[in-house]
Amino acid sequence: MSLKRALLALAVMATMATAAHAVQPDEIMSDAAKEARARDLSRELRCMVCQNQSIDDSEAPLARDLRLLVRERIAAGDSDAQVIDFLVARYGEFVLLKPRLNSHTWLLWFLTPLALAGGGIALWMHGRRRTRAGAEQDAAALRLTPEEEARINQLIAAEPASEK
Amino acid sequence: MIAESGHYALVLAFGLALIQSTVPILGARWREYSLMNVARSTAVAQLMFVAASFAALVTLHVSSDFSVANVFENSHSMKPLIYKITGVWGNHEGSMLLWVSILALFGGLVAIFGNNLPISLRAHVLAVQAWIASAFYLFILTTSNPFLRIANPPIEGQDLNPVLQDIGLAVHPPMLYLGYVGFSISFSFAVAALIEGRIDAAWARWVRPWTLVAWIFLTAGIAMGSYWAYYELGWGGWWFWDPVENASLMPWLAGTALLHSLVVMEKRNALKVWTILLSILTFSLSLLGTFLVRSGVLTSVHAFANDPRRGVFILLILCVFIGGSLSLYILRASSLKQGGLFAPISREGALVLNNLLLTTACATVFVGTLYPLALEVMTGEKISVGAPFFNLTFGPLFVPLLIALPFGPLLAWKRGDLLGAAQRLMTAGFAALFVLAVVWAWTHGGSTFAPLAIGLAVFVIAGAVIDIIERIGLFRLSPGIAFQRARGLPRSAWGTMFAHAGIGIALIGIVCETSWNSESIRTMKAGDSADIAGYELKLESLTPRQGPNYREMVAKFSVLVDGRIIDTMTPSKRNFTTRGATTTEAALLSRGASQLYISLGDVSSDGAIAVRIYHKPLVLLIWFGPVLMAFGGVLSLSDRRLRVGAPKPAKSVRGLQAAE
Repeated sequence: MSLKRALLALAVMATMATAAHAVQPDEIMSDAAKEARARDLSRELRCMVCQNQSIDDSEAPLARDLRLLVRERIAAGDSDAQVIDFLVARYGEFVLLKPRLNSHTWLLWFLTPLALAGGGIALWMHGRRRTRAGAEQDAAALRLTPEEEARINQLIAAEPASEK
Repeated sequence: MIAESGHYALVLAFGLALIQSTVPILGARWREYSLMNVARSTAVAQLMFVAASFAALVTLHVSSDFSVANVFENSHSMKPLIYKITGVWGNHEGSMLLWVSILALFGGLVAIFGNNLPISLRAHVLAVQAWIASAFYLFILTTSNPFLRIANPPIEGQDLNPVLQDIGLAVHPPMLYLGYVGFSISFSFAVAALIEGRIDAAWARWVRPWTLVAWIFLTAGIAMGSYWAYYELGWGGWWFWDPVENASLMPWLAGTALLHSLVVMEKRNALKVWTILLSILTFSLSLLGTFLVRSGVLTSVHAFANDPRRGVFILLILCVFIGGSLSLYILRASSLKQGGLFAPISREGALVLNNLLLTTACATVFVGTLYPLALEVMTGEKISVGAPFFNLTFGPLFVPLLIALPFGPLLAWKRGDLLGAAQRLMTAGFAALFVLAVVWAWTHGGSTFAPLAIGLAVFVIAGAVIDIIERIGLFRLSPGIAFQRARGLPRSAWGTMFAHAGIGIALIGIVCETSWNSESIRTMKAGDSADIAGYELKLESLTPRQGPNYREMVAKFSVLVDGRIIDTMTPSKRNFTTRGATTTEAALLSRGASQLYISLGDVSSDGAIAVRIYHKPLVLLIWFGPVLMAFGGVLSLSDRRLRVGAPKPAKSVRGLQAAE
């Protein structure tokens, strides 16, 4: 349901009469390799005044400022990690769309493998228990109870001698 | 007058829901048939009253009665008729009314078509359905009344949010709600089974078609929403891992798992306890989605705290229903008898693996969506979880899922032959490797991910087709017999093939779009040309135009291939006068399954306009896949074996077929 996002996108647009495009022609760097790096970085950085948009997608002026900042740092010779560090130092972890692993986010990152492993182990144990229980049941079903034994002996004894 | 009648009808529907919530339960307690049958008549009556209420709101919107606050805030007399109607659910109050209307619709359908249900089960199901309905009626009547009047009626309305004035919005929310709310039926059946303490294969047979209906609508609704965002929001993205999207993806993942576990339960009487849990979880996630979207908690935790009336109410509903049903589950699940045994390598085993992976995927989306909220509430620390996170965690889960997928239908129930299945899938494997090699050679030097993913997609599609080929004996028997057998094959088998192939097709679209998307961002003046992916786009003219409730700047592009004009594209930028807001209307040109996409930016002082042009290879497959999946669902639903109450054919012409 994109309704809410649409509403928010609109709210953002409405606040700026001069709604512009995400990446604008005048922002693009002349060096294609550097521009590609800037675009990749932009996709991992959040426009902080928008709802869940990267600065690459966003039309907000803040996103434009950040895009220009990223390009400025790249032009100054920063590595990708340095650019990220610079932005985090300035704007906090909130700017990262992919949170870094730390004591507050380990659950976020490890829930998927833990759930998968936990689910797998639970299934395996459950399966084993059920198979064993099932095998015992089967074995129990194969053995006759004393009453059944007696009844069969009775039936055999009752058969005419000629058919024995 | 109409507003008051609508309001009154809603109050009556609430009253009926209260009766429906209690009387049938008492009837089931006392074994009193007349009381149990009350569920039926009240469910139908409730549907009629809520439908009347909804019709009243539509009438108010169509007749532009601005004395009603909801109409004033969301409509405009100049708005085209279609958007006057769709504007009914383009706002909080109206969409909640649509929500309960659909809930009542499902309840009514169970009442009308549930003739062959055991009477006490039907009474319980409808009563549980009415509990949910009562809660939401109360919510609407106390916090979100769409029929409120304004003391001094204004002459003109404030117009609907322009982004929402689009045909995509006309159909997207109702579809999505039919999906969300449709899962309430499996929830009600699950709770009823827990109350009655009895559940068997017949139960699964009753629940399956309802779950399938909800799943079909949800699949189509999500796909439609994604396409709507793609062309309406103007930056060519089609999935943003936005919390609102995630809210609809979670029930879909859980619902897909449920659909598969119901198969096991119906055919083999196994996985009962798990299926009940999944039914509860699926609808709980639908409720959670409603909460996330409707409470405003997503915008910011603080906005939620500032105006908590609605949010707290839905949160309360959420807690009561999820907490209540899970407590009931814990209390009663052990009383349900375990069913058939199976070896790990078997059809059941494959479906269990499907369930494990889908629920893990669902848990990933859940934690990614709610973690930032929870962290902020608990520590005040703000983090963002966006697309890069989900691509890293959610994506990999689909690799084992898709590898295992073609094996599932080829394995026998109880104990399967993995080696045999692998041998039968050999052709699919070769097809996948061949395509992988071709793509690899063709894009040499490109990413290694794309050819691998496309190979996997081809494996899934070929695997789905091979299952059918094997079963009808094509190439093995004479074409005549194969055709006979194809006709005799249960429709659900065809449905499985289409749904499974649909996943592969969507994957091809996703990979192509993300890997080989070309983009050109530039400023253009009339007469300028831009080249992209072998096309030349020439900006012919820029002209202003007046629409019914907006002004727009229209750009006309000629699309040229080898210097020859093949088509024109007219993207525009609209300015809605009433709200002073602008929207970009992107122009799309489909060439096969690929698309050219143009959206406009600002006009600069010298008359040049900023333009974004994309070429998106095979992008349409992203939505064609889900459409195929939904189509598979429809085929499966039309299978007479699934239609509740369809008598079994006395002598089956399918006698020769494996009975699946």
